[in-house]
Amino acid sequence: MSFVVFLPTLQTPGFRGVQNFTWFTFGDQALRLGWLLDPLAAVMLIMITLVGLCIFVFSIGYMAGDKNFVRFFAYLSFFSGAMLGLVISNSLLLLFICWELVGLASYLLIGFWIERPSAAAAAKKAFITTRIGDLGFFLGLLWLYGRSGTLLFYDGGNGCLESAGLAMVGASVTFIALLIFCGAVGKSGQFPLHVWLPDAMEGPTPVSALIHAATMVAAGVFLVARVYPLFSLGAINGVTSSLTVVVWIGVTTALMAALIAIAQADIKRILAYSTVSQLGLMMVSLGVGGVAAGMMHLLAHGFFKALLFLGAGSVIHGCHGEQDIRKMGGLRRLMPVTFSTYAIGMMALSGVPLFFSGGWTKEEILHVTAHWPVSRLPYYFLLAGVVLTALYMTRQIIYVFFGDRRAASQRAHESPRVMTMPLIVLASCAILFSVVLTPAWPWLHHYLTGEPAHLEFARLIQPTLFLSLVLVGAGVALGIGIYRKAGAQDRRRPADTDPLEFAQPQLFRFLANKMWIDELYARTVIAFSWMSARLSDWMDRYFWDRLVRGFGAIGQLFGTFTASVDERGINAGVDETTVGARGLGRLMSAAHSGQIQTYLGVIAIGLLALLLFYAWLA
Amino acid sequence: MIPTLQVFLIVSAALFSAGLLAALSRRHAIFILIGIEMMLAAANLNFIAFWRFNPQSQPPTGVMIAIFSIAIAAAEAAVGLALVIAEF
Amino acid sequence: MSSAAFVLIAILTLAAALAAATLQKLMHATLSFAVALVGVAAFFFLLGAEFVGLVLVFVYIGAVAVLIVFTILLTRRDVGKDRGANWSGALLAVAVFGGLGWAVFKTQSVAIAAPHIRALTVKRIGEALMTSYVWPLQCVGLLLTAALIGALVLVMEEKR
Repeated sequence: MSFVVFLPTLQTPGFRGVQNFTWFTFGDQALRLGWLLDPLAAVMLIMITLVGLCIFVFSIGYMAGDKNFVRFFAYLSFFSGAMLGLVISNSLLLLFICWELVGLASYLLIGFWIERPSAAAAAKKAFITTRIGDLGFFLGLLWLYGRSGTLLFYDGGNGCLESAGLAMVGASVTFIALLIFCGAVGKSGQFPLHVWLPDAMEGPTPVSALIHAATMVAAGVFLVARVYPLFSLGAINGVTSSLTVVVWIGVTTALMAALIAIAQADIKRILAYSTVSQLGLMMVSLGVGGVAAGMMHLLAHGFFKALLFLGAGSVIHGCHGEQDIRKMGGLRRLMPVTFSTYAIGMMALSGVPLFFSGGWTKEEILHVTAHWPVSRLPYYFLLAGVVLTALYMTRQIIYVFFGDRRAASQRAHESPRVMTMPLIVLASCAILFSVVLTPAWPWLHHYLTGEPAHLEFARLIQPTLFLSLVLVGAGVALGIGIYRKAGAQDRRRPADTDPLEFAQPQLFRFLANKMWIDELYARTVIAFSWMSARLSDWMDRYFWDRLVRGFGAIGQLFGTFTASVDERGINAGVDETTVGARGLGRLMSAAHSGQIQTYLGVIAIGLLALLLFYAWLA
Repeated sequence: MIPTLQVFLIVSAALFSAGLLAALSRRHAIFILIGIEMMLAAANLNFIAFWRFNPQSQPPTGVMIAIFSIAIAAAEAAVGLALVIAEF
Repeated sequence: MSSAAFVLIAILTLAAALAAATLQKLMHATLSFAVALVGVAAFFFLLGAEFVGLVLVFVYIGAVAVLIVFTILLTRRDVGKDRGANWSGALLAVAVFGGLGWAVFKTQSVAIAAPHIRALTVKRIGEALMTSYVWPLQCVGLLLTAALIGALVLVMEEKR
């Protein structure tokens, strides 16, 4: 179906189909939602449905035998529905609703193996961390609504992304954009809220592939691309302060995550950090103005990262649940299909040009970053990131597929057909995409920006191409050089120590512990809230309690005084009256049977009597 | 027939009587509670209707009273049901 | 205010209310009670008090009716059937309805059509709640808190 809707957007450049409707009317304000189909949504639809299909098929094999098989697929379908809703919504509110649904699905799926405490903790961490970002998103949404009075993106000239709506937003647009960006930071695992994404790998591997690599984390990038007019409003030379923030956060994330990835041992964690790094790359691209380049990288990344994760899943499946790459090795012979597809994914990720999709899109991003007027620094950082990416991917491949067989790979086996087929499909997508994305015929680029495309081979040859070729080559060569003998017994170094760890133990520990960011948070944010909770507890116990008791004592004093007056002066008189009242009371108590219904009946009769009186008067 | 205030009052009287019927003739406490809630709803309907048919409806007193009475009815239901649970 | 809608809602509400008052099974009666409340909420919408209608739906159908259902399920022991109407109650109820109806028909001043009034926005309700009705609001809050604590205490003593 997504291909059907893809066609009209393909034929007309700048196609934009909008279907708005009123959700409900509240007094004199109507809340309106809507669906939107434009090139951005259409390509996302294709990517999500295609990758989703492959992952669904893969999960049949991967989850076979799990006792909660049905629950797993229910969650997965729930996620896909919410994600598709997110992509095609034409209202920031609807987008936010789907956004939260997606977050919920992610929470449920990370904690899918609920009996593992680490999975439950990771799910909670993911949920809470993204919630911090979503708080910003929601504030931005409210602010935007307060300013422009609508949350529809496009509404025949009145939407909040169209000129009239943007004019109403005015000067606060920078803050609104940054608040919305908070949501994207949380969801897309950008620094400083990236900590949840690697932990999210506790979930089943197909989930990591679908949610934490291909689609959901891309939602943040998609969100920024969607509300791009808010970011770029009032841009001078394509630069606004909000976009600058986006760039720097992206650069920090990209470089830092790539560094951390080098020192990880868990096969999925490496991929997770590489996802974080790639998302940072996309953010940079959006920030420097290359929306189309960022989105193209997002699409290509969706395919090859899903491929890598599924490959990792296949490896883990083959190695009976072992995830430590240092315990694998020599799997090339045992799992040929997995190996070849994984290699394709690896080359796409490291950005080997010409035949692999990631190469072209990375090229594009580097190209736009190089022309950013503010600073050349992001460009150099990204170049370093390219080298690092090639390095850690080479490291992973060498550890897993080459060298001698180690503990976990002794009894490894190739995965069943139902798991290898999606791998092959995704691998061919990763290669086919290189044709689609080739700069010689940049129709997708123009399709996203709405301009006609021309075929022109001259664009193939660009200086950045050679540069990145050299850099990727350097990264791969470096990787091979360092890790060639990694698994083998060395006389100076035990076999399970990383060569880098051997050379630079301090630095390696720093990276292996994720730059101690988790620990930093535990010491600062979490400790702070713990302290404040303790402080309030103490205040409650000692200060407020004493205060209340003091008031109580005053009241008691007063009470004693009045009681004495009562005793002497008033009681004597009252006593006399009570004797009379007691007789009356005995009489009345006969009527009080304790049956509520009798009382009710009497009340009803009284009502009738009142009405009769009224009739008599009238 | 355009609904006048009169027909609203008739409907609310009928609702009230149904609630009364439930409250008077049932044995079980939950039924009596339901009857009382229905009578309260009838009263709320009256308040809203009187507010709506009053040309000078500023401030919206009827609406306010209806809101408060809904809140009070909720409190009452909570306590009543707690009693029922504690009893059985 | 459309009369067709009015007649429809009136029939629905009254039928459901009668069913709630007379059905033997407790669960059936509760569900028809919920339907009757939906009818009342629809009346509120018809009368232009959307906010109160929504509050009614949330509080009654969302909380009270569900609470009743929970209570029924929790105290399954002797719950199930209850006698329907008994004669004295029915007689009294019919008499009250007759009296009230007669009084309403007799009063000519209520036979009026709806005047045109300003739409009641949530903003206005909120302003009224925070200005003229702020004391009642606080009292209701206090009452709710008291009811909450009371309900908890009642149920907790049972546990002990």
